[in-house]
Amino acid sequence: MVLNAYRLPVGTWVDSAVDWMTDNLEWLFDAVSAFLKALIDGLESGLLWPSALVVVAIVAVLAYIAKGWRFSLLTAASFAVIAMMGLWDEAMSTLSLVLVASSVALLVGIPLGIIAARSDRFSSMLRPVLDLMQTMPSLVYLIPAIVFFGIGKVPGVVATVVFALPPAARLTELGLRQVDPEVVEAGEAFGATPMKILTRVQVPLALPTIMAGVNQVIMLALSMVVIAGMVGAGGLGAVIFRGVTRLDVGLGFEGGLGVVIMAVFLDRITAAFGDRANKRVSH
Amino acid sequence: MSAVEVRDVYKVFGAKADAAVEMLKAGKTREEVAEATNTVPAVIDASFTIERGEIFVVMGLSGSGKSTLVRCLNLMHPPTSGSVLIDGQDLMSLTPAELREVRSEKISMVFQHFGLFPHRTVLENAAWGLEVRKVPEAERRERAAEALGLVGLAGWADSYPGELSGGMQQRVGLARALATDADVLLMDEAFSALDPLIRSEMQEQLVSLQQDLEKTIVFITHDLNEAMFLGDRIAIMKAGRIVQLGTTEEILRAPADDYVRAFVQDVDRSRVLTASAVMEEPVAMILRREGPSAALREMRLRQTSGLMVVDERKRLVGAATDDDVVRMIRSGADKLEHLMTADEVAQVGPDTPLVDCLIPSAESRLPLAVVDDDRTLLGVIPRVTLLNVLGGNDTNGAECSPDETSAEGGAAVTTAATDGEAVS
Repeated sequence: MVLNAYRLPVGTWVDSAVDWMTDNLEWLFDAVSAFLKALIDGLESGLLWPSALVVVAIVAVLAYIAKGWRFSLLTAASFAVIAMMGLWDEAMSTLSLVLVASSVALLVGIPLGIIAARSDRFSSMLRPVLDLMQTMPSLVYLIPAIVFFGIGKVPGVVATVVFALPPAARLTELGLRQVDPEVVEAGEAFGATPMKILTRVQVPLALPTIMAGVNQVIMLALSMVVIAGMVGAGGLGAVIFRGVTRLDVGLGFEGGLGVVIMAVFLDRITAAFGDRANKRVSH
Repeated sequence: MSAVEVRDVYKVFGAKADAAVEMLKAGKTREEVAEATNTVPAVIDASFTIERGEIFVVMGLSGSGKSTLVRCLNLMHPPTSGSVLIDGQDLMSLTPAELREVRSEKISMVFQHFGLFPHRTVLENAAWGLEVRKVPEAERRERAAEALGLVGLAGWADSYPGELSGGMQQRVGLARALATDADVLLMDEAFSALDPLIRSEMQEQLVSLQQDLEKTIVFITHDLNEAMFLGDRIAIMKAGRIVQLGTTEEILRAPADDYVRAFVQDVDRSRVLTASAVMEEPVAMILRREGPSAALREMRLRQTSGLMVVDERKRLVGAATDDDVVRMIRSGADKLEHLMTADEVAQVGPDTPLVDCLIPSAESRLPLAVVDDDRTLLGVIPRVTLLNVLGGNDTNGAECSPDETSAEGGAAVTTAATDGEAVS
């Protein structure tokens, strides 16, 4: 085989790139690390400070606002189940990881989507990068994350951001591109600035699609945060990982159930806000 | 100063647009240029001026460049070469900020598919131009509500566009354009997406609004009926070029080429031609102070059996038929008395479409009198003229020699006075 004759050292290249980055960008990683750690810890202690009952009440109210009584009761009951399984601290830890990772992913992804919607060239450059981010097996991100940020919550969040970001950029771009060009023209014809057209016309009209992206980002973040339990990110992921390594089916199931409850809650809440945006647009 | 002036405008899409314009100026055809430079020449050498208060219609099939041309007027498609002047101000020389100012204050636009903001109420839609201009909230609500009142949507301010029918949605589009008080209104196929009935209703509403507002309107359409109904002047476009520019009468009378002629054949003349376009010089006419014998003499001379009776200032006071006059002479009257009064004479205004002249004409023995608001007699329309015009013949029918019909798109209709056919 001719193609066997020379081994392409892709891995070596990546290694040396990673080495270079650890040597030269340490200050950057340290800064990011400190920032993210403060954010996660702050949020986590905020969620753990009041009694679990208070937090259950808050999520129940959110659920009521989003979907009404039935969903509110279901949410309160299922969060109470988490607490009664003795997984409350882990669940709040996971929730704070998901919220921080999703926020960062949205803060980076939505502006990327906006730029991509306005520039075909940027869009065609961004697309393969997003494809790579989405299709690369998620575990692979954990390796450089550990190299750059060590063990703990920060590498977990960083890997999660990378994994969860693509839908934010993709669906923002899609949503903006789907806005009726004549409506955008109407904005322009009356002398509106590009910024005003973006904020008052395009984004409001693209909001249902952007909200679908937000929903996907949060779901992906949740699934990745569980995997990040393997690198010491803690939370429900750590519980599940412990269950797997000890072949403890019961423990694994409890952790898994906790994740399912969080997933259903986050999904329904974000989907409900998406629906609301959709109703506003399609009068 | 004209409201809008377009000078030598070319708009070519594609990377080599400038080279394409040079080739077009050198006399190459659109196809040659498109092939050689891989561009799309959309507007080629357009020049015209539009006066204040005029409805200027650009007519052409899809792909003829009419929508591009109208977007050149507010620089949504900046011309590749040439200049566009609004109120004497050259738009090409403006900075982006100045251009936005012109768009928010001087030119507004109405779109084919309405281009409404579905997430805003009808009032917020109408207020958009004012919001862009940073008019204070209270004032902009007031002015937007006023514009909605003009188009007959006063009660709909808090609805959303999606809750309205197509015709009503386009009224919102029109209100949005009127609310900014811009002098120039660009209407891109504004009524094309509407049902035929709603469409002619909107056309009539636009005409009546225009009588009060006196905007300068540039109206784009692919429908020559609509063009002729609305337009003071019409520019007909084909493959990027303006092939004929003139009034309805000029285009009907002398289509510039076969392309225009094909369009003209489908035109509903009864709706696009007005009384003033076909009326004739009132020759069978007599002053009121002249007596019955003078009237009889006049009838003999004109070989007619009816006369329009006017006062010294040519205002219509009535009509006299031969029976009346003979009776007056027998009874020894020396004045024209007991005439048909002015109200009894079938009459129409100069802007009455011919379709509305048919019934008055059919019910009257005398030719239709065309009078202005003061009842000044402008002309008459004998029934035979009306039938002749609507039958698809030229506006002055039989007298027209073949070489006159093919005259270049200029001369307005001159109706040769036809004696002796006043009474049918």
